[in-house]
This record gives sequence, structure tokens and C-alpha cells, in this order.
Amino acid sequence: MAFKRQIDRLPIIPADAKVHNVTCHYCIVGCGYKAYTWPINRQGGTAPEQNWAGADLSQQQETETAAWYAPSMYNAVRQDGKDVHLVIKPDPDCVVNSGLGSVRGARMAENRRSEVTGTQLQRLTEPMVWRYGTWQPTSWDDALDLVARVTARVIDKDNEDNLFVSMFDHGGSAGGYENTWGTGKLYFGAMKVKNCRIHNRPAYNSEVHSTRDMGVGELNYCYEDYRLTDTIFMVGANSLETQTNLFLNHMIPGMRGDTLDFKKQELPDEPHAAAKVVIVDPRRTVTIKACEEAAGKDNVLHLQINSGTDLALFNALFTYIADKGWVDKEFIAASTFQGEIAQPEDAAHPAALGGFEAARAACKMSVADAAAICGVPEADIVKAAEWIAMPKEGGKRRRTVFPYEKGIIWGNDNYRTIGALVNIGLATGNIGRPGGGVCRLGGHQEGYMRPSDAHVGRPAPYLDQLIIAGQGKVHHIWANDHYKTTLNATEFKRVYNRRTNMVKDAMDARAGATREELVDAIVSAIEAGGLFSVNVDVIHTQIGQQAHVILPAVESGEMNLTSMNGERRMRLVEKFMDGPGSAMPDCLIAARMANHLERVLREEGRTEYADQFKGFDWKTEEDAFMDGYYANTGQIVTYERLRAMGNNGVQEPVVGFEDGKLIGTKRLYADGKFDRHGREDKLALFCLGAWRGLQAPGKQNQKDSYRFLINNGRSNINWQNWFLDQKNEFVLDRFPVPYIQMNPEDMAELGLNPGDLVEVFNDVGATQAMVYPEPTARRNETFMLFGAPSGSQGNVINAGTNELILPNYKQTWGNIRKISDATPAAKKLSFKSWEVTL
Amino acid sequence: MKCERLVDVGRRQFLRGGITGAVGAAAATVLAPAPAKAQTAMALVDYPANRLANVADLKVNEPLDISYPDDSSPGVLLKLGTKVEGGVGPDGDIVAFSVLCPHKGWMLSYNADDKTLNCPGHYSRFDCEAGGQQVWGHATQNLPQFELTVQDNGDILAVGVDELIYGRLSNVL
Ligand code: SF4
Ligand code: FES
Repeated sequence: MAFKRQIDRLPIIPADAKVHNVTCHYCIVGCGYKAYTWPINRQGGTAPEQNWAGADLSQQQETETAAWYAPSMYNAVRQDGKDVHLVIKPDPDCVVNSGLGSVRGARMAENRRSEVTGTQLQRLTEPMVWRYGTWQPTSWDDALDLVARVTARVIDKDNEDNLFVSMFDHGGSAGGYENTWGTGKLYFGAMKVKNCRIHNRPAYNSEVHSTRDMGVGELNYCYEDYRLTDTIFMVGANSLETQTNLFLNHMIPGMRGDTLDFKKQELPDEPHAAAKVVIVDPRRTVTIKACEEAAGKDNVLHLQINSGTDLALFNALFTYIADKGWVDKEFIAASTFQGEIAQPEDAAHPAALGGFEAARAACKMSVADAAAICGVPEADIVKAAEWIAMPKEGGKRRRTVFPYEKGIIWGNDNYRTIGALVNIGLATGNIGRPGGGVCRLGGHQEGYMRPSDAHVGRPAPYLDQLIIAGQGKVHHIWANDHYKTTLNATEFKRVYNRRTNMVKDAMDARAGATREELVDAIVSAIEAGGLFSVNVDVIHTQIGQQAHVILPAVESGEMNLTSMNGERRMRLVEKFMDGPGSAMPDCLIAARMANHLERVLREEGRTEYADQFKGFDWKTEEDAFMDGYYANTGQIVTYERLRAMGNNGVQEPVVGFEDGKLIGTKRLYADGKFDRHGREDKLALFCLGAWRGLQAPGKQNQKDSYRFLINNGRSNINWQNWFLDQKNEFVLDRFPVPYIQMNPEDMAELGLNPGDLVEVFNDVGATQAMVYPEPTARRNETFMLFGAPSGSQGNVINAGTNELILPNYKQTWGNIRKISDATPAAKKLSFKSWEVTL
Repeated sequence: MKCERLVDVGRRQFLRGGITGAVGAAAATVLAPAPAKAQTAMALVDYPANRLANVADLKVNEPLDISYPDDSSPGVLLKLGTKVEGGVGPDGDIVAFSVLCPHKGWMLSYNADDKTLNCPGHYSRFDCEAGGQQVWGHATQNLPQFELTVQDNGDILAVGVDELIYGRLSNVL
């Protein structure tokens, strides 16, 4: 039987419950929610005056009612030291989601640590140090003293290269402006650490270097543009699953034609129709089926290209559109670079950048050639070009929005491919205009505020390979789990286990030693090739199993937290509950770490160096916000002002404060001036990136050597909150182990039944997954979940990256063999198609 | 094959546009009188035992509109044709579910081809052969299933519900 909560009623939110603004911290969309809390011994009633909704709850409520919440939206948690009821439900007044929840966000309450209901007891509560052969709980001062003493031994003024740092750079979750600033000020301010990486990739770099180098920041539109556009050209993204309410609340209405009146009102001088959709993806996703339902099959074009061939497709579209003259000549003349080459190709730029005609010449690709490379019909490429750029009735410019995400970010030839997509957006005048935008869709929310990272250099150090090569002595990890999110992971884990075990062994050998003796023992082990690992996280992660010190952090809602979503909408999540045990916000953990480093360095007489660690006397996350975001963005945004803007917040950049309201920016580049590259002339550049096959080392060879494409990504249910969902019964009941989707005929050939466990293996490693039949999967093309707690797909991704150390997770090939029959847990699952049948 | 009636209702929205009458109007639905109010508050809601139909009324894979625990909570009664966990009746294949999608309460429609309930709201789907497990979707719970018993004369009674029904904070109002 499927998992059921056996809940037959829920406590009713009383009329006087406390209300807090909450932005869902799980994915980039940042849906608005409200958190209601009230004392544990009270409840509301069914009469309208007795409940928060003012509704008669003795009656069945209607479809899409605001007067209902699911059991997953309820919990009992600690607030100011007291147990309270908590309901977190979608906010109907938030313009982002208009009251929609998702399978992730609508479980925000259930996925809180509660000693009362027993949920998320996996959350870390106290600092722990490796002692007596296991982890022992201890105080912050004890744990941080050890961290500071060992770290101080390997860093020095002007040489911090032996301190390796893995730190998240995102908003939402436990990221956000406060926490990126806290860690950033420590490692890029007090120190200048250059050997570092980000949570989902093995280096500290942008995922979208080329668009920035071209002058175009990657989040340039607003979600409303999906309601205004003529065509959605979506690349390497599966928005129904991974930007759910952006898709449901903005893209779908545009496709259904529900927004025609709005289009006429906003853009009265041109003809309008419901939006058409082109989706570029080697896989038929549920997004495509949903688009067909909403827009009608005739208005949806799926370009099911061969994996990794996006660049050839984009260059052909660019060539065809330019040849047809369907370009915005005035825009090109006024807003883009007039000349040949502005930035030559070099080690930091995998393609030259320059003017429109130079790009046309460099990117020239015929429709026929692209069709052959991509494996799609020529007619479909032409159709896509027409849907993107063929002028509307009366010669009016078509409005096309170009959302993209990991399919190309983590795909072949990242720099040139994203550049090629931006080329089309620029040529057709679709940036900074209503209904346009060339934008990444995003994973987490954003919330980046750090001192300059210029010292890291470009290409950035390939941290995970440096660790494999034996470099680095102390490793500070902030909410990164390399074990789940790196490539060449089989080798990485082997080496990381060995190097950190050397330190564990040295510590075990000195049980009972004084702190000084212990630090000496650790340093000897480090000098012999060991690695000292400090892990800051909300749970005990996989890489955290190898840590020597574990520091517990809080997440959004357990602290006040600011972030922005995929249309740069900034909100304040108001703290509505206590963190677990003595867990702290990351910004304050960073501050206390800085305090301890300063103290230890002073004790050691390294006064000048110690002075660099001043300026961390923050008491609250708000102090960190004021020191970071407020001070560095024109001193406009404060907690108080942001709180007053509620769940609709303000779109960054914030430019003023008038009549009690923060004034934001709806779209970037509305004035046709592009500045992300820092050029004085504010002219956008085109990318001169020709197609060059599978670019990253080892990819073509792997493709030639193994039968199956091991395409990979995320899913609706296993996404940004998977770290919590490892302990969520509803999620585990659906997928006790991560799946690999396979064509049923391939399954038959390998003697596989639904639910069977298989091993995926190739030249770099092996991993496992549960087989899920997918009739729409092409032969020899599989799809596996990325970032799984068990069965890491990264085990079979080779070490090859692009020139700027962007991993190429998507293009992976391997063979498949059966390990075992379906386990009892897997046997009872539904293995039916995910495509809705209406 | 689809259950046209549910499809038709599902394309609209529950309790909007005055469709309440269509729901729970199935001939086989018989509502028991509401139970008397308990004197002291009970730890669980008191579910009524309502007759939904007789085993003889059911045809394999032809859904029957029902409602439970009261007429504002629409459901579907199904004889699946293959024995399933939780199924009742001589063949162990009779099950009943709420048809209000636990995401936002749109009416689900039955797809007889793969025995799923599907949502026109935002494309969620639930497997009637796997206890209402959400095959794919936005709901944060599996589909509420109505617990059934079969009497000697073949009458099928609903006697309980295993998840909170959409649109009510108590399964029994
Ligand atoms: S779509 Fe994203 S932000 Fe919105 S509720 Fe779901 S996980 Fe949260
Ligand atoms: S109401 Fe069913 S999927 Fe939203």
C-alpha cells in the first residue's frame, strides 16, 4: 500500500495566529507562503470568526480554496523556546505563485525538525568533533578552537593556498545574502582563498561566463514576460518539474491564451495570439506533455536533438534568421558592438566576442548540416526559426523568450552554446523588452554578496582534481556534498576517504592528548598527505562522514533570510521558528570562526595577520545583512523596508525608496545598455563560437565506447530539498531508491523488469539505480537522477570539463547490467507513465 | 476508455459553476443518517458506514460515482479486475478513492487504459492499483482511499478514509 498519513483532521488556525512572510527556499521560483503559528494548547474553530480564513469550515471548501491546508503543511515546532503549532501554506496574494504550492514547497512545514511529531530528527543540533573513534557533541567554543588552531597552522599572510574551501553561493535554502556575505567576507575579505568551489561544481566560477562577457546578465527578464510573449524557446530545461510554479502560473496561461487581454492592454500596437512553444531537449519530459495539453499539439515543437548538439542547432537558427533578415537592425545598430572583434579567444575566453557580422561569419551553419548533426528534420529547424523570428502580421517583430538551464549549462561546450543562444536573443532584439529575455531558469534562488573573487582567477582552480592530486591541507565545507555533486566521483571519494582517514587515525592515536598535542598530531598527518575536514551543514552529509569537526547550521525560517528569485525578486523570509539545538546561521558561524582565528593568531603573536580578521562582531543575521548587502548596494534596503514589501518584495536592482516603498527594476537593459561585461560603451557583444563537436576531453571516446547515454538531471519530487527528503516518508515511499528511465525494449534485451536494480558502469566508475520503464525514451538513451544520496550519477562522469572548468555532467555514456531483482520496497511501486491522460 | 461523466466534471472545477448536484448523484449512492454527536470529544473522527453499491452492480474497469463520508466529498468506486492490496470483494479487486485532487481540489478523471486518476488542473496522476500512489504530480499526499467492507448480501460499505480529503480540515464535517 502507498504511504498514507492516516490523518483525519488538523488543528484549525485561529483568527489571531501570528503570520510570517515566507518565500519558499527550495527552488529558484521563490513562491510566496505564509507561516501561521499559535500556542500549542489553543486552536481555532469552524465558525468564520474563529479561524484565520474567516470561512465556514464546517462546509466543504471549493477548488483552489485558500481555506484548506494539507497535512504536509502542518507541524508542531519550537518558537522562542516554546512548542507552537505551525502551518505554512501558499500565499494567494503573491504574484509569483498566486496560491499554488508544489510537491516540494507544500511540504515545508513537514520538513522541519520537530521533537513533537518526530520529523527531520536528522537535523544537526550541536557541534561535534572527532574524538575517541567517533563524533562527540561539544560546545561551539571547543569545536571552533580546534578549527582555528589547525587552520592557523596551514595559512599565513599572503599564502592561504593550503586552505581549501567549498562554499555554496546561492540564495534560499540556507544560503542568501546574509550567509554568502558571512562566508565571503571570511574567505575573500579577511583571507584571499583561491582554492575553492561552489556547491554543485568542482570550481569557483560562473556557470554562464559567456552571457556575462557579452554584457548580458543571465536573469534579465520578469516572469510576466511569459504572459506577454509570442514564443517560448526553452532549452535544456524541464520547468514543470524544476521551476514548477513559474511554469504553471506564468508559462501555461501564456500558452493557453488566458493572457490575451493583458497582451492587448500592454502592447496595443501589434497582433497577439497564444504563445507557441519550442523545447530543445534530447528527452521527452513531462513539461512537453503539459505544453501540448495547454497550447495544443500544433503549437508545440519538440526539437529532440542528439545529446550535446545544441550549439549546432543555435548556430543554424542564427544563420537562418540572419539570412532571412528577421533581425532587429535598429537594436543591433544602437545596442551592440560595431566592429569585428572586441575580445579575442584566449585561455579565459573559449570563443572570441565581437560584432554581429563577425558572429554571422564565425557561426555559419546550414540547416542541412545542423539537421545531420542534431538528428532532427530540417523542416523542424526552419519551423523553429519561424516561430522565433518571422515577423508577425503587419511586419511586427515577434517576441520570443529564451529560457535555458542545466541542459546546456552542464552540457557540451558551455561557453559557446550559451553564447550562441544569447546571439539569437540579441539579433532579434529580445533582451530588455516585454515578452523577451534570454535567461537561465535557475536551480536555487540567488543571494550572492561577496567581496571580489578576482584573485581566484580564470580558469579557476579545479578543486576536486587538486584534492585527488593530494593538494590542500585543511578543507572547510559549507553545505557542499561533493560525494553527491561532483564528477569523477568514484575516484574523488576513494582519495577523500583515504586522506581524511589518515587524520582520523592520527587523532585516534592521541586519545587523551592536550589540545596542543592533538593539533601537532593532526598537522603531522596533514603533512604526510592527510586532509583535515570541517563540515558546516544542516544535516550529517555523505562527505560529512569524513569530517573531523561538524558545525550545525540553520536554514531559512529558522533565521531571517533574504534572497532573490529568477526574476530578481527579493524578499525577506521572517524567522518563524527556532533552529535545532544550538545551530546557528552560516553568517554567524563564519563570524565566530573569524573571531577564533583572530584570537588564535594573536596568541601566536601573528598580530598583523590577526588584524585582518576584525569586523566580525555581528550578533544577528541582520548585522551581517547590513554589513554586506545594505552597505554594498546603495544603502537602501533594510529588513524593515523589505518586510513591508511582503511576499511580492521588490525586483533588484533596487534603485530607491519612495512613499514607504522600495523601488525596483522590472527588466534589466530596458534602455538597451548592457553592462555585465563592464565595458564603458555599454554595447553587447556577439559570440563567435563555431561548432566543434563534443568539446570536453574524453567525451567522444566515452560515447564511442559505451552503449547507453546516461543523461541525468532532477525531477519534480527529487530536487532542491532532497537532503531533507532522504528522511521524508512520502518521498521515500514513491522512490525508495533513485531511478534510471529506460526504453522498454532495451529493458527486455537486458532481461530487466521494472524496479530491478542495475549497475551503470564505464571507464571511470560505477553506480546503481532502479529501472523505471519509459516508453517515450529513445533506444539506448537513459535518464538518471543527478545528485542522489544513493547511487551517485557523478561516479560515472569522467573528469573532463570545458576550458573554464565547467563540468559536463550531461554527456555521459556507460553500459548497464542487472544487479538484482526489485527489492520488496520497489516491487509495490507504481511504474506507470508520468504523462497525464485526460 | 474513459469515464465520460468524471471527465466532463473534471474539466470544470468542483463546487464552481454549480456542479455540486452532479457529484454524488449516482443512483447507487445511499447516505446513512449522520451519526449522533458524541458527548465528549473523541480522539478520532467518527466515520459513518455508508452503503456505496452492491458487488453485483459493478463491472470490471467501469467506474461508479460515489461520495463519502458525505455528499460533498465525491469519490469513485472501481472493480479493477485484478486483485490489489487493500481491495475487497470476492476477487479482492474493489477499491474506492476520493476524486478531489489533493493538490488544489480539481476533479480527477479516470483513465481505464492504465487505471489511473488524472487531474486536468496541473497534470497530476494517481495509480488506482497502487493504493492511490501519486504516479507523478504536485500533491503532497497520495490519494485518500476509502476503506471498504463487503456484507454477506454483497453490499459494499465505506467505513473510513486514510488521508485528509481536499477542502476540509476534518474528514467528517
Ligand atoms: S515551485 Fe519552487 S519555490 Fe515554488 S513551492 Fe515549489 S519548490 Fe518552492
Ligand atoms: S489540482 Fe490536481 S494537479 Fe493541481
